[in-house]
Amino acid sequence: MTSAPLIELRNISKRFGGVRALDDVSLSLDAARIHCLAGENGSGKSTLIKVVSGVYQPDEGEIFIDGQKVDRLDPVTSIAHGVQVIYQDFSLFPTLSVVENLTLNSFLREGKTRIDWTRARKMAREVLARLDVSLDLDATVETLPAAGRQIVAIARAMLADARLIIMDEPTTTLTGREVKRLFRIVHDLQADGIATLFVSHKMREMLEISERLTVFRNGKKVTEGPISDFDERAITRAMTGRDLHQGRFVAPDVTGRKPRLELRNVSVGDKARDINLTLMPGEIVGLSGLIGAGRKAIAQAIFGLRQDMSGEMRVDGVPVAPKSVPEAIAAGLAYVPEDRLSEGLFLTRSIRDNAIVSSMERFAPHLWLDTEKAGAETRKMFAEMAISAPGIDVPVGTLSGGNAQRVMIGRWLMTDARVLILNGPTVGVDVGSKEQIHGIIQDLTRKSDLAVLMISDDLPELAANCNRVLCMTEGRILGELSGETLTEEALDAALSREIEGEHA
Amino acid sequence: MRFLRSSDAIILAILVVAMIFIGLVNPAFWQMSNLFSLLKENVVIGIMALGVLLVMISGGIDVSFTAFAVAGMYLTVRAMVALDYNGLVLPFMSAILIGGLLGLMNAGIIHRFKMIPLIVTLGTASVVRGLVLGLVGTSNVNINKMPDALVEFGKTDLFTLERANGSTYGLTAMIVIYLGLALALHLVLKHTMIGRSVYAYGADPEAAKRVGFSTGRTMIFVYVTAGALAGFSGLLHSSMIWLANPRDFVGLELDVIAAVVLGGASIFGGRGTVLGTVLGVFILVMIQNSLILMGIDTTWQRIVVGAMLIAAVTVTALRDRRALV
Repeated sequence: MTSAPLIELRNISKRFGGVRALDDVSLSLDAARIHCLAGENGSGKSTLIKVVSGVYQPDEGEIFIDGQKVDRLDPVTSIAHGVQVIYQDFSLFPTLSVVENLTLNSFLREGKTRIDWTRARKMAREVLARLDVSLDLDATVETLPAAGRQIVAIARAMLADARLIIMDEPTTTLTGREVKRLFRIVHDLQADGIATLFVSHKMREMLEISERLTVFRNGKKVTEGPISDFDERAITRAMTGRDLHQGRFVAPDVTGRKPRLELRNVSVGDKARDINLTLMPGEIVGLSGLIGAGRKAIAQAIFGLRQDMSGEMRVDGVPVAPKSVPEAIAAGLAYVPEDRLSEGLFLTRSIRDNAIVSSMERFAPHLWLDTEKAGAETRKMFAEMAISAPGIDVPVGTLSGGNAQRVMIGRWLMTDARVLILNGPTVGVDVGSKEQIHGIIQDLTRKSDLAVLMISDDLPELAANCNRVLCMTEGRILGELSGETLTEEALDAALSREIEGEHA
Repeated sequence: MRFLRSSDAIILAILVVAMIFIGLVNPAFWQMSNLFSLLKENVVIGIMALGVLLVMISGGIDVSFTAFAVAGMYLTVRAMVALDYNGLVLPFMSAILIGGLLGLMNAGIIHRFKMIPLIVTLGTASVVRGLVLGLVGTSNVNINKMPDALVEFGKTDLFTLERANGSTYGLTAMIVIYLGLALALHLVLKHTMIGRSVYAYGADPEAAKRVGFSTGRTMIFVYVTAGALAGFSGLLHSSMIWLANPRDFVGLELDVIAAVVLGGASIFGGRGTVLGTVLGVFILVMIQNSLILMGIDTTWQRIVVGAMLIAAVTVTALRDRRALV
C-alpha cells in the first residue's frame, strides 16, 4: 500500500506512576482494514485506545494521522479526524430515544443550538438503512437488547463521519447469531471505507473477522502480522507468554457410587420441563444451549432462588426442596452466578469478608465473628485457589476479573458444598487466568468429590472441562454428548440445529 | 398513538378520573369560582415545580428553592420599602437575579466538588434562610407597607364574572405568566441543545461527557434557571397575597417535589416532561383543595401529600425498573 496509514503511532510510551502501561509501542492502522488488538487484562490495550482517542497524552512518541504529525491529540481532534470509540458500556443515553442517541453528537459537533427533529429522523433512518437494520426510532434505548444498543452505538459512530471505529470487547454480551450480524456490519463498514479496530480476547472471533493482528503483553507489542500467520495456539502463547495445556477432563470411575445430585421430572415454571439429570461425584457436567433455553432457571431452581419448581430433587440420595438460599446451602448446594459483580461480590469489602459471607453460621455462631478461624480458612482457600493478591485484607474491587472469580468460587467451597453450579465461570476473565481457573475446578472436583454443573456459552470451555455435556432447547434436555463425541464441533452443530429448529 | 402510551396520558387520565370523583362527592367543586381559585393556587407551586423538574431531569433533587424564593421575595420587598420604590420590572428582575445567583452557587458546589445535589441544596437552603432572617430581618411586610405596584399587579384578572348575589370573582392573570413560562421551558427542553443536554446528563453523566457536552454549562443552566424561577415565584407569591413573610414556604418543598414526581419525572433522572409536571401540580393542588372543601383538617393534608409522594415515587420507580430489563 502506497498511501499513508490512517493512524500511525511511533514509539509510544505512557507511564502511570511507576507502571509502564505502554512501553515503546508502534502501531499502524490502515484505512478500511479490520485490525485486531489482543492481550490479557492489563496488557495496555485500554491505554492504547485512550491514546488513540486522545483521552491520554503519551509521555513519549509521535502520532501521525494521514501521514501528518499531530502534536497534541485530544478527544476533540481525535473525533475530528474520524476516530470513534465504542466502549463496552456503549455510552448511550438509556432514557432517550434511538433518534436522539444517534444524532445528538452530530448536532453537537456541528455546533447547533437547536434541534431539527425532522432532520434528525431523516439522518437516523438513512444510517440504519446503510446498516441494513430496522429499529423503532422512537423507542428509548433502555428498552433495546444489548445487540440493539450496540447497533445504535455503531450507527452513531457512522453519523459522526467515522473513519476508524474502535470496538472494545464488542461481543461480550452478544449471542452467536448477533455476533454474526455484527461481523456482517463490520464488513459493510469496510466496504464503505471505514476501518475497524477490534479489541478482544476471544480467539475464534479474532481469527474469523480480522485481517491483521497485534498482540500486547505487559504494555509491549509482542507480535504483529496478517491473521493467516496465526492460529489459536500461537495467539495464546503470544498473549500469555507460555503454552497452555488444553487437557481434556476425565471423570473418575464412579460405578457403584450414589449420585450427588438427582433431578427427577423437574419442571421450573414455563422455563424448563421434564428435566432428568444425574450428577455423580467427581463429574463435571456441562449445560449447553442458547440464551433463554432455561439453563439459568434450572440452576436457580436447584439453588432455591425460584418458587415455581416441581418434581423431585435428591442430594446424596436425600430428597431436598430448598425454598431459600440458606436451605440450599445447608443441603450442600452452591451457585456461582454469571454476573459476579452485581450478583455475587461486595466490591468494597476484603477478600476475607467476601469469602466467609456464605458460611457465616460457621464463623460467627454466637453473634461474634471468630476472626482467627475466618482468617485461617480464608488463607487456606486463598492458597488453594492460587489467588494473586497482596493478602486476604485487600478489597475485592481491586482484583482482576480472574482473581475475583476465584474468590467467588472459593467462597462456595468454604460452605462445604458437594454440588457446585457454575454459570459462565470464566466470563470476562482473560486467557491465562481462565486456564488456571479451569485447572482449579478440575482438581477440586476430583479431589473433593464435588459434582459440578457448568453452564457456559463458551463451547471450547465446555469441551475441555466436562466429561458430559447436556444440550438444552426450549426448556428440555434433548441431547447428551460425552467421551469421543464431545467436541467443540459437535456442540456447535447441536446449537445450530437448535437455531434452525426455531425457524422451522 | 404514541401519546396514549406515554406517562403524560396516564397522568391526564388520573386527573380526569380524580376530577369526576371529587365532583361526585362534592358538586361545589365544579363551580367556576372554585375552579378559578384552584388555578390561582397552581401558579406559584407550578413555577417552582418547573425549576424542580429541570433539576430532577438532570438527575438531581433540589430542596433549596423555597429558601431562594424567600430570599428573592423578602430582600426585594424590603429594599422596595426602604427605598420607597414603586415599580414592577426592576423588582422582578432583582428577585430573578437573586434566585439565579444562588442557583449558580448550587451549580458551582455540585459540579466543582462532584457532590450529591440533595445534600448541597439542603445546606444552601439552611444557609440562605438563616442569612435572610439574621441579616435582613424577621418581621413580615404587611399589606399596609407592601408596595402598591406589587399589590395591584397581583390583583390583575383576565376577566371577572358576577355571582348571583352581585359580588364578583375573576381568573387571575398570573396563570398566563405560569403557562407562558411552562411553554417556554417546554420548547427549550424539547428543541434546544442545552435542553437535551439536561436529559442526556440525567440519563448518563459520563456518556454526556464522552459525546462532548459541556456538563459544567449544563449544570449552570439547570441550577441557575431553577433558582431564577424560585426567586421569581417568591416575589409573585407575595404580590398575590399582599404579604412578604421571611418564614414563608416552609415545608412546601415536599408538595412541589411530590407534584413533579406525580407528573411522571423520574427520581433517577433523564425522564420528565413539562406537560406532566403541569398536570401533576394540578392534581396535587386539586386534591389539597378538595380536602379543604370537604372540611378535612389541615394536618391530614400532610398525610395525604406524603402518601401521594410515596405512591408516585413507587409507581415511577417500578416503571423505570421495568424499562431497564
